[in-house]
Amino acid sequence: MTVIAVVSAGLSQPSSTRLLADRLAEAAGRHLAAENTEIRVVELRGLAVDIANNLVTGFPSPALKEALETVERADGLIAVTPIFTASYSGLFKSFFDVLDNTALQGTPVLIAATGGTARHSLALEHALRPMFTYLRAVVVPTAVYAASEDWGAASGDGLASRVDRAAGELAALLSHAAPKRPAEETLIPFEQQLAALRPFTTG
Amino acid sequence: MQFGIFTVGDVTTDPTNGTTPTEAERIKAMVTIALKAEEVGLDVFAMGEHHNPPFVPSSPTTMLGYIAARTDKLILSTSTTLITTNDPVKIAEDYAMLQHLADGRVDLMMGRGNTGPVYPWFGQDIRNGIPLAIENYALLHRLWREDVVDWEGNFRTPLQGFTSTPRPLDGVPPFVWHGSIRSPEIAEQAAYYGDGFFANNIFWPKEHFARLIELYRTRFAYYGHGTPDQAIVGLGGQAFMRKNSQDAVREFRPYFDKAPVYGNGPSLEDFTEQTPLTVGSPQEVIDKTLTFRDSFGDYQRQLFLMDHAGLPLKTVLEQLDLLGEEVVPVLRKEFAARRKQGVAEAPTHAALVQKRDAALVAG
Repeated sequence: MTVIAVVSAGLSQPSSTRLLADRLAEAAGRHLAAENTEIRVVELRGLAVDIANNLVTGFPSPALKEALETVERADGLIAVTPIFTASYSGLFKSFFDVLDNTALQGTPVLIAATGGTARHSLALEHALRPMFTYLRAVVVPTAVYAASEDWGAASGDGLASRVDRAAGELAALLSHAAPKRPAEETLIPFEQQLAALRPFTTG
Repeated sequence: MQFGIFTVGDVTTDPTNGTTPTEAERIKAMVTIALKAEEVGLDVFAMGEHHNPPFVPSSPTTMLGYIAARTDKLILSTSTTLITTNDPVKIAEDYAMLQHLADGRVDLMMGRGNTGPVYPWFGQDIRNGIPLAIENYALLHRLWREDVVDWEGNFRTPLQGFTSTPRPLDGVPPFVWHGSIRSPEIAEQAAYYGDGFFANNIFWPKEHFARLIELYRTRFAYYGHGTPDQAIVGLGGQAFMRKNSQDAVREFRPYFDKAPVYGNGPSLEDFTEQTPLTVGSPQEVIDKTLTFRDSFGDYQRQLFLMDHAGLPLKTVLEQLDLLGEEVVPVLRKEFAARRKQGVAEAPTHAALVQKRDAALVAG
């Protein structure tokens, strides 16, 4: 079974960010039709206070912990944020700030964003893509930006085809990826820890 | 099992009246708190080491030496001694000296320190935190056990023919705990040496520490120091008590809400549910503390943080009265009744001397 986590940082209800996230998830599911796919949605709005508390205390509440584990254990991730002040929203970034920095290592990620105007579409390339690259995720080539006008555009090279292309890229990565195993705590035996110090000594 | 208190040594404004103790007042308050700990029958007083404001305790052995002179039974410890940025030679000397002055009532808890700039201030690099902890402790361990040491490493000047003085009291080094809140490497280090492992669980949920302690116990046995049950575990805790639970909550809430570490974060109710903090009656503190055994197994040392968040000295002393009179006697009895057979006793100098002598006789 392939599990895709969907993180949506939309704030209004209903939210166009969530709408875009759902369209991407549905398209990814369609591309992976041959496989058993499960979509698990994490709405950050309901976790906003827990995320702030985690920043303050250093540990997640039970509800946030569950959301972080959903993302960590998923085979793939669809991450969608509204663009605020020329970048990802603070809530979106804060969620990934409290996620363990090895949680997405090697995980295929589809990045997407919404905004009032298409002028901020490159925020996906200069803010989201480097952030996920830092986390050593594998970000698909097509990033999907939906401005208000896109929701009323004619088909062709419009939003629907970008959604489809990006979802196809994510599906392709997922169908070739080895199933993700839960991260194991690696134990370095003490002799090895001591030995690691020795090459630097002259004696 | 040993019960005691540990202090960070922070100078914090009392949020209820805006007053801030001077450094002198805070330092003297820490001494008063330590003396009170002995008076109410606690076993251990441990203090932090810090090198930046608003913390006062940069020189633990000076303070502990002074407390040693004014107490008879209290074990003096640290929480923690910075094994990364202190010279291990100076730790060996300072704490051996303290051990003599205190007639063996001394042990230490090693920690790495989590204040980034302290590393460069002391000529080190925080990225070397773990290697520093490993190499420095390996040297400290030898300095207390070998009369003459030749040594070369990555982080300090080599030593040729060096003898650390004074030699440990009765030829037995102070017991060492290794403190960690997240690194399995440190649990492994404690297990390797057969030292104690202290999990300062006060700010984190228990699942995380259950894994670390389990790792320590398993590896303690792997290295041949005894069964997993015989590993030596210490835990943190924090409490605020009044006879009536509601009074405790009402009085502590303004301190909690503004506390430097978790203030302006989760509610008191969420935090007490998710961490060892108990705000309530002495019975509630007893009940919560007994659950630690369910999560982590039988353990040897329980330290409570009692003097934080700007609480006035008078209040802290009242807390220690409650801890010593109503909580700890019950905990001693209840833990003893639940204890599995074969569990290690809490470490003392006398016990370590006895163990050494028995080993010598066995040859």
